[in-house]
Amino acid sequence: MNEVYSINGPVIKVKNAKGFKIMEKVFVGKQKLLGEVISISDNFTVIQVYESTTGLQRGEKVYSSGESISAVLGPGLLGNIFDGIQRPLHTIFENSGAYIKPGTNVPCLDMEKQWDVTFNVSVGEHIRFGQIFAVIQETSLIEHRLLVPKNVSGEIVMVKPNGTYNMEEVLIQVKDSNNQLHDLTMIQKWPIKEPRPISKRLPLTIPLVSGQRVIDTLFPIAKGGSAAVPGGFGTGKTMMQHQFAKWCDADIIVYIGCGERGNEMTQTLDEFSELIDPKSNKPLIERTVLIANTSNMPVAAREASIYTGVTIAEYYRDMGYHVALMADSTSRWAEALREISGRLEEMPAEEGFPAYLPSRISQFYERAGYVDTLSEKSGSVSIVGAISPQGADFSEPVTQNTKRFVRAFWALDKELAYARHYAAINWNLSYSEYINDLSKWYNKNISTEFLEARQKFITILAEENKLMEIVKLIGKDVLPDDQKLVLEIARVIRVGYLQQNAFHKDDTFVPLEKQLKMMKLILYLERISQQVLKEGKAFSLLLRTNMFEKVIKVKYEVPNDNLDLFEDYYKMIDEAFSAIK
Amino acid sequence: MNLQYIGLKEINGPLIFLDNVKGIGFEEVVEIRLDNGTVRHGRVVEINGDLVAILVFEGTRDLSLTNTVIKFKGKPMEMGLSKNVLGRVFNGIGDPIDNLGPVYVDEYKDINGEPLNPVSRLYPKNYINTGISSIDGLTTLIRGQKLPIFSGSGMPHNDLAVQIVKQAKLSGEKNEKFAIVFAAMGVTNDVANYFRRSFEEAGVLDNVVMFLNLSNDPIIERLLTPRCALTTAEYLAYKHDMHILVVMTDITAYCEALREFSSSKGEIPGRKGYPGYLYSDLASLFERAGIIKTAKGSVTQIPILTMPNDDITHPIPDLTGYITEGQIVLDRDLHQQGIYPPIGVLPSLSRLMKDGIGAGYTRDDHQALMNQIFASYARVMDARSLASVIGEDELSPADKSYIQFGKQFEKHFISQGYVNREIKDTLDLGWKLLSIFPREELDRTDEMVLEKHYNHDAAVGAFELDKKSFIKELNKEEI
Repeated sequence: MNEVYSINGPVIKVKNAKGFKIMEKVFVGKQKLLGEVISISDNFTVIQVYESTTGLQRGEKVYSSGESISAVLGPGLLGNIFDGIQRPLHTIFENSGAYIKPGTNVPCLDMEKQWDVTFNVSVGEHIRFGQIFAVIQETSLIEHRLLVPKNVSGEIVMVKPNGTYNMEEVLIQVKDSNNQLHDLTMIQKWPIKEPRPISKRLPLTIPLVSGQRVIDTLFPIAKGGSAAVPGGFGTGKTMMQHQFAKWCDADIIVYIGCGERGNEMTQTLDEFSELIDPKSNKPLIERTVLIANTSNMPVAAREASIYTGVTIAEYYRDMGYHVALMADSTSRWAEALREISGRLEEMPAEEGFPAYLPSRISQFYERAGYVDTLSEKSGSVSIVGAISPQGADFSEPVTQNTKRFVRAFWALDKELAYARHYAAINWNLSYSEYINDLSKWYNKNISTEFLEARQKFITILAEENKLMEIVKLIGKDVLPDDQKLVLEIARVIRVGYLQQNAFHKDDTFVPLEKQLKMMKLILYLERISQQVLKEGKAFSLLLRTNMFEKVIKVKYEVPNDNLDLFEDYYKMIDEAFSAIK
Repeated sequence: MNLQYIGLKEINGPLIFLDNVKGIGFEEVVEIRLDNGTVRHGRVVEINGDLVAILVFEGTRDLSLTNTVIKFKGKPMEMGLSKNVLGRVFNGIGDPIDNLGPVYVDEYKDINGEPLNPVSRLYPKNYINTGISSIDGLTTLIRGQKLPIFSGSGMPHNDLAVQIVKQAKLSGEKNEKFAIVFAAMGVTNDVANYFRRSFEEAGVLDNVVMFLNLSNDPIIERLLTPRCALTTAEYLAYKHDMHILVVMTDITAYCEALREFSSSKGEIPGRKGYPGYLYSDLASLFERAGIIKTAKGSVTQIPILTMPNDDITHPIPDLTGYITEGQIVLDRDLHQQGIYPPIGVLPSLSRLMKDGIGAGYTRDDHQALMNQIFASYARVMDARSLASVIGEDELSPADKSYIQFGKQFEKHFISQGYVNREIKDTLDLGWKLLSIFPREELDRTDEMVLEKHYNHDAAVGAFELDKKSFIKELNKEEI
């Protein structure tokens, strides 16, 4: 019989074990703690345990389950909050109170719940893995499409009539080529560490619009792309992730709180339940799956939470939805890897992280993509991963390795955060490689002016950066007027455009049309100012018109639903500047 | 059945090893009886086959391989609690040391606690009025928050903590029960006495529970001190519906104890020799702050840590900052200028304040004021660094106005001494200071808010600005 031989934190060893498979799910001890086999040798099988091992004794039994750690997929995921190993936290709260006790065992989804099922297949049809056989209205926003599970294909021999069924009832029966019958229900399992298969990958050409100006304009991310948000503490990583989750134009949001604060997850839960999606007028929670593995929950489950989340995201992608996955923060996940690796006494690489850190990071981000699914639809998973670099030092291994695998990099800056310039994305350090792939979309769907204006913005900001070197040494006063103007316009861009107020009703989300109008207005101001300067007027006269401040406040003064007000500003600028002339 | 074992296999630092042990659980508590009759306590930290490693809290001095009898308690470390703990003083592992006899026990609690289900948490929103402008105005403390003070040696973090405790008023209902749990980890006798005296002077000693692990007490006990304190806090908050303020000082000493323990166990060290799980370990302390739906009480934490060499990127403040909901950073420059409390407002932050301020909590203009002060004060820093290169005289009039604002802001807003200021006065003072600027400079603020609070003339009068003030100068030059 397999018995616990040694215990070291979340890592236990079983001596002379038989019958275990690598990455198999096991149950440890009297409390049936959930664990996973991570290495097998002649003498020892090593198991990482996803729950607290306090009180576990040598000699307690270890039970094998024969299957890998899997996510349970089916209706009821949306609007729910799970821990890292997909236990529903609402149910745990109702059953056992405020604390999560080790060995808590509840079904991932509510098995008793009745769902209205509408079938779109009939007896005699052939179906195979990944195809849609029925639909369920999961929330008022999202239609859940039931997919044929893996290893099932063949002729349908039985279909229940449309109606109300619970999770475990057999809905259809399929006979495969070996005349074997398969019963399909609403739920299926999928190993969390295995990517779900697709038909083919598509190029990334559509942006994931977030309504956050600095992202949409300067550093966009494509649907199916991946981005990293590194930043020291207090730079607003979580706030960025929240804003992104609230406003981005994905159909489904999977939000993973990995090793972060409990209060933050509570806030996410509360806020998303109350917030109304502007496009659909429904609470945001109806399109959201939350996974909370707070920093004081067992460390091994932190590793699992990332995979659980991305598996759920892929499942909805396979139904033909655009899914955005937020992982806050991947550093905590990497630290969990480091902690387990240390307990296994593996040879550490950089800063104690295991040598396989880069491969794990790439495996995670590679699960993003825009694809044709097996259900003959197209869908995407976009991943935005936060990074918490130690000491806000971007040269540490997690940031550096992530940089190799993501194509958008939003570097958060302490100085900007100190000045409460949010989103504190540093425009000199950040980049997006998606811009070329997306240019066609912007030109077609917004205007060709959009990217031109963007380029001008970048030029002005770069020039400001250069001038600031001089200003730091000798002050602003000695600069010639045209350079003073560059600095002033750059300030307008920084304060009036890049800085965005998440708590202002109009500024928290800004549609692309308004972004373009704002850019054009700022550039118009620049052009007119240059003309006035050329006519020999002093820069200080321009300042006294107060137009720069007016344009900075445009973001608050022009509501999103009345963009015609911009015309007034052109008039105002013209009048003010002609008064100088 | 409690088995007893005689003799040891190995002693190494604070760890002892036993051979041929059966039926004991991971993290179980043990009692070690020496042949001279003294009793020590330990905890199982690793089981490897028949070999068991035990951490001895009181140290291994005088232990030999033959002179001990070890008894396994069959359960993790627990603390006996009842309402009578209020007013009592305990050592680092929860034994009373005030010569008032043992505590009557109502309930035993595992000191390690269990992770709180995020669903059971109530998002903290009620602010705590500390009467200190730079905290109430700019880094508001919220009930149920964990807000550490990042300090350095020689700075008045203890005074600040005491001032907060004395002045802290909860907004909202009256007659709520309020108590303080104080955990001293590796601080000197003087510091512990200072806190004790201050609580006494404030007349709250009956509502204070103290846990003292002083700098000359066994280091390993220090690992348990905050856990005992937090278990007590949770018990009082969730069982007796009290609002508990937990002051823990000094987290740096705690982390050093953890490092010592880790290295004696032969673990692979992470940054600066601290164990790789330092983040998880600190999180298991700090995450115990909060409010839960099933009780009326709350646990608010004010941990104090001294940054080694004032370095905020040192692993201890760094990891703490990632776990806690903000930080109050003390600034040595301000301290040297004689400003008290020397709170460096720019790096300080309260993450929970955005939902706990504004109409219904403090005042509707609070958020706007805060944003504008941060933005303006950040520019003060830029102007100062420029002035240090080219001299203050050479600055542009706009930069001069920022220098002026910076001076007044530090003199009147940050520096307040031991005065207790109402939130209303703090906010009014903030607007008065911002009114030093020409109105256009306040680019973060809505016109409507400015309309109500901006009053330049009053500011010029109040702060006795030069008749030929910089703003007039500014206008003249541009014309």
